[in-house]
Amino acid sequence: MQSAPTSSAGSAAKATGNTPLGGGGSKDSTATKRSTRVRPGDFIFRGLSTGSAVLIMVILAGVALFLIISAIPAITADWSTNSDLNTGPTAAFPNFWAYVGPLIWGTLWSAAIALLFGAPIGIGIALFISHYAPRRLASLLGYLVDLLAAVPSIVFGLWGIIVIRPFLLPLSDWLNANLGWIPLFGGAVTTTGSTILAGALVLAVMILPIITSISREIFLQTPRLHEEAALALGATRWEMIRLAVFPYAKSGIVSATLLGLGRALGETMAIALIISPAILVSVRLITEGQNSQTIAANIALNFPIATTLQRDALIGTGLMLFVISLAVNSIARAIVGGKRGKRKKGGGKSSSPSPLSQLPSGDAAVSIALDDVTREGRATDVDTEAHISEDDVEGAGK
Amino acid sequence: MSVLSPRTKPTGPVANSLTSGQLPRFAELYILGASLLVSALLLLLVGFSVVGWLVLSAVIYLVALALLSSVVENRRKATDRVIRGLVTVAFLLALIPLISTLATVIAQGIGEISWSYITSVGASTFDPNTLTVTQTPGALQAIVGTLIITGIASLISIPIGLFTSIYLVEYALPKQWLARTVTFLVDVMTGIPSIVAGLFAFSLFSIIVGPKAFSGFSASVALSVLMIPTVVRACEEMLRLVPSDLREASLALGVSKFATIVKIVLPTAIAGLITGIMLAVARIIGETAPIFLAASFTDNFNANPFDGPMQTLPVLAYTGYAFPGKDIAASNASAWGAALLLVLLVVILNLIARVIAKIFAPKGMR
Repeated sequence: MQSAPTSSAGSAAKATGNTPLGGGGSKDSTATKRSTRVRPGDFIFRGLSTGSAVLIMVILAGVALFLIISAIPAITADWSTNSDLNTGPTAAFPNFWAYVGPLIWGTLWSAAIALLFGAPIGIGIALFISHYAPRRLASLLGYLVDLLAAVPSIVFGLWGIIVIRPFLLPLSDWLNANLGWIPLFGGAVTTTGSTILAGALVLAVMILPIITSISREIFLQTPRLHEEAALALGATRWEMIRLAVFPYAKSGIVSATLLGLGRALGETMAIALIISPAILVSVRLITEGQNSQTIAANIALNFPIATTLQRDALIGTGLMLFVISLAVNSIARAIVGGKRGKRKKGGGKSSSPSPLSQLPSGDAAVSIALDDVTREGRATDVDTEAHISEDDVEGAGK
Repeated sequence: MSVLSPRTKPTGPVANSLTSGQLPRFAELYILGASLLVSALLLLLVGFSVVGWLVLSAVIYLVALALLSSVVENRRKATDRVIRGLVTVAFLLALIPLISTLATVIAQGIGEISWSYITSVGASTFDPNTLTVTQTPGALQAIVGTLIITGIASLISIPIGLFTSIYLVEYALPKQWLARTVTFLVDVMTGIPSIVAGLFAFSLFSIIVGPKAFSGFSASVALSVLMIPTVVRACEEMLRLVPSDLREASLALGVSKFATIVKIVLPTAIAGLITGIMLAVARIIGETAPIFLAASFTDNFNANPFDGPMQTLPVLAYTGYAFPGKDIAASNASAWGAALLLVLLVVILNLIARVIAKIFAPKGMR
């Protein structure tokens, strides 16, 4: 009470009618009021954030909605009588489904071939970076793979035209001459190299980074103790990976592959630039006129020359692509999410003991210092070592 | 301890228990060298090619390693060594397209890029006297178009993406249905094929504007659909890295949530946010299909994003090959020039992003 007037004489003078004590009391009350009241800045900011989140839902719904609105005229039209649709790129198809069917096949087919090349190599690279490469090199190598992801798809397309096409020509000739009885390699062999094989190879290169980066992340998350336990029991590096890393990363590998598939399904430029297509269902890999066209490349090639209704038809095929890739991506995410939930529920016992119990019995080796375990060639064979260790223990006991 | 190493063993080279039954230390290198040599010799008999040489060497190397290791060591170690070889081969295989692509782009594009290519508008002029079309290469219209379209797309996507990530990290409770739905939708949106985004923008604008819907802004909308999810994912990751101690300390001092986010959380994460956003920009700057559908292509200079077709670098590269002009060689060369410019842009953006991440990384984290 005595100090109050001296310390805040000025403020008391400003706050007319308030005694210093009363002023303090009112301050307190405003503070409590403030904490309960929502401040405008807070309110606006919260609104903006929530609004953006809702906006994302709106955008996704809008994508689907506008595609459907644009596609409906072409889907419902009678293609054989409609003068707009029985000419040009959409001629010779009785209806929309006859048009989009072969395109869906081509999309799935090229993506499947790309996955066949891309997935094993991508997972191999991820393993190399996470478990084989020297620690110091690993981050640099990871950066190189990221660089591969950063190269625009159009550049890969151009590269495919002038490098991959001629590169595959001798191989195509050889395959056709020697294995031509297999439908895959049958038909009239290409002379320019504009085959679906070339396109799919470029696709494989483009999906490598996504498969690699996701699987690498999952591989690196393997519990270190599982790995060390496997090595301590005498597993070689590969056995450790098979028994500790792969069971842990199984769902991650599957979803990485599916995400790669999603990317391959929607990739446009590589296919549009490289293959010389036809709208038909074909498994031939190395012919020129019998490459199944993909949805995305078909849109890119025909969009500039299409009439309005033909454009609607192309948008309809795009809608199908949207649905397919949505399904693939949702499955991929669901696999990751579902596995994660299970793992949490099951606790720690789900993955660790079962794979390790599969280790060949009698192959247990003496563990060396944990730091050195990961180094190759140290985990030696059992017989002599085991004796030494027993002796050592006895000796220590004496 | 005496039990450990009894000295009753015979003299002479004793099999060291640690190294016996193993291939010598650099055996893999020796085998690699030998297999390179053998396959070179074999191929010299039938005709040499670099690709065949490397493939044959790899095969010989793996087979020789498997045989040697299974004889000297055991089957398990042989498997281990072969797998190690296979994994390494997979990695080298991936380096080939990377190096080959970059080398090809540089080799093909370097001749095209010059000061006049960057600063002049490409055009083809028809000479009525000689009836020939001469093409003057130029990429100015494409450079300007790329910058405008990417800029507008960033202006749309960065606020939406940043605010959404703030919502997900700061406001949403983890089990709230909106948060879960948005997280799922963002995941799904990352998987939208780029060409579908282009179709969406085109049909949106052709419904609103009517026919002739091609415009730079439409392409920006298409790119935003692709960019928003990447921005959300990157920013969300970065915001989650901010220690919650900082937030709690700020809130405990009576600072409002809004001020906590703006003054504490965002400045702490700023380096990561900028890096993530720049990588997102680098990702969409090379997109071809959506721009091609939404903004079409043109040789004319057009800096108005709301009216008429706009040329961009990736589309210039595409049309140079897919729809070449009269002078096909010149069109192709122009395409390579655009491709090289694009790669340079992407690499520069990536480098800047990494440098920012390195320099401004908050100390003491990780």
